[in-house]
Amino acid sequence: MNAATKGKITDVKELENIAKKIRLHILHMLTRAGSGHTGGSLSAVDAAVAIYFSKMNFNPEDPSWKDRDRFILSKGHAAPLLYAIMAEAGYFPFETIGTLRKIESPLQGHPCCKSLPGVEVSTGSLGQGLSVANGMALGLRLDNNPAKVYCIMGDGEIQEGQIWEAAMTAAHYKIDNLCAVVDNNGLQIDGPVQKIMGIAPIHDKWAAFGWHVIDIDGHNMEEILRALDEAEGVKGKPTVLIANTTKGKGVSFFEGKVEYHGVAPSAEEYERAVKEINNG
Amino acid sequence: MGEKSQQSAVSSQQSNVGAYGNTPDKKPKATRDEYGDTLLELGKKRQDIVVLDADLSCSTKTNKFATAFPERFFNMGIAEQDMIGTAAGLSLTGKVPFASTFAVFETGRAWDQIRLTVCYSNTNVKLVATHGGITVGEDGASHQALEDVALMRALPNMTVIVPADAAETASVINTIADYKGPVYVRLGRAKVPYIMPDDYKFRIGKAFVFHIGRDVNIVASGIMVAIAKKAAEMLSKDGLDTGVINMSTIKPLDGEALLKVAKSSKLIVTAEEHSVIGGLGGAVCEFLSENHPVPVKRVGIHDSFGCSGNPDELIKFHGLTAEDIVKTVKNAINHS
Repeated sequence: MNAATKGKITDVKELENIAKKIRLHILHMLTRAGSGHTGGSLSAVDAAVAIYFSKMNFNPEDPSWKDRDRFILSKGHAAPLLYAIMAEAGYFPFETIGTLRKIESPLQGHPCCKSLPGVEVSTGSLGQGLSVANGMALGLRLDNNPAKVYCIMGDGEIQEGQIWEAAMTAAHYKIDNLCAVVDNNGLQIDGPVQKIMGIAPIHDKWAAFGWHVIDIDGHNMEEILRALDEAEGVKGKPTVLIANTTKGKGVSFFEGKVEYHGVAPSAEEYERAVKEINNG
Repeated sequence: MGEKSQQSAVSSQQSNVGAYGNTPDKKPKATRDEYGDTLLELGKKRQDIVVLDADLSCSTKTNKFATAFPERFFNMGIAEQDMIGTAAGLSLTGKVPFASTFAVFETGRAWDQIRLTVCYSNTNVKLVATHGGITVGEDGASHQALEDVALMRALPNMTVIVPADAAETASVINTIADYKGPVYVRLGRAKVPYIMPDDYKFRIGKAFVFHIGRDVNIVASGIMVAIAKKAAEMLSKDGLDTGVINMSTIKPLDGEALLKVAKSSKLIVTAEEHSVIGGLGGAVCEFLSENHPVPVKRVGIHDSFGCSGNPDELIKFHGLTAEDIVKTVKNAINHS
């Protein structure tokens, strides 16, 4: 029996507390690093926490365990989120998070699977994670392996044409051991997504591509858990959660601010942010 | 043998074929046809082999595998970027994916996908592209990959192989199925003569030296190996002892073999059905200028696109015949 299945967490309060810790880790890492993507790391926290800690089978002691569930952060610039979760899950010593973006750190600016065991595939160039997720899902299906694949994309990211190639593939091959999430925070580097290159109607687009689509409040843990349960029951087609989120969620002065897409908190902002999260 | 067949480097369907082959009893065969056959045999032996194609399986010949093993074949439609990502994902569950389409689309359309999810992630993906070079023929420049080797060679972790005939292709495909890591193999559309010795076995990074020339050595890849052999015959008749090296692995380059031939002659000529920028010629120049500077002349496509025509016409039009190699050698020697 692999150590991976050490009790999954289903208690909403407990998951919310983990999400709070993850947000603190992210801010700590980014402030230490002095650069990185704050807004999009914070917006995807709740969905990622729910997936990792309530759903996934994994084993930090054996990152390449063949029966593990897979998680792909297609929006690779949210690397601090992935690293914070992996640190919390015990993939590497907690102190390592202080080395984010530093020379020779396993915590590269964008996730690198060759630097950090447990990262499934390198990402950072947008639009590619869903294709890789499909490939993994097909490979697992060929082996009759019941493991699942999760993939988080950004809303700006779905402007990439490859996402829609992959969307077709998942439906065509009836890939149902995959659950994708669009972190719909409404902002990209240059401004509001709808202003830069409109992607609406997101729900209808995915539905038209043959997906089962579930719209949720991406910061409501109960809703996220319900949607993930629903996804597991959908057979013969892939499922995508449209997680409606707020960029910079959890820190009032980062929320909804496009300026914090690619900027790390200052030392002063960090102090204020930590207070807010701890009091929130 | 007629005049035309003697000049024929590769066969178009209309012309005589096999003029330069060393085994006249074996009919010329396209490297893509051999790929299809070898892949089918591999599929029978190994359950972990999976194949992806982007709506060109009838041309890349992966259709043979597809018919035999439909559950292990994934037609991705006309979507090369998604094909590469999916192949990377399959490899990450322990499969050995062969992803095929035309060389132009495989390397150009999906370059960033190859860079990130194949090379940077160091996944065990085999990129086997057909229709490399101008001998694609009538389809013209849009379909003639002349930059693919350069594009793939620049990527860390990538191995780049251009086999010279069908027998070498079979050996290459079997070898890379056992090798762990990203590989790019460039195959051709047209039939080519058998030129490698019967007992030859391909090894990654090992060139095959037909003969070491005391005056000139021609380092060639792909269909140009047969043409280089013809040129060497012609030059030898004119009193120039000319060697021919099949540098089928372009990365990692066989520096040892290259040093040996560079030290034995005053002139190296490279011959490739590819741009002289960044391909075999570029690789040889980079290596020799750092390790043993000798004059090098590059026969290949000189910073231009291809065009429509039949393969034999195109070989002549773009200056890739044995006569062109001879001329290049003589000019270089006369001017030294």
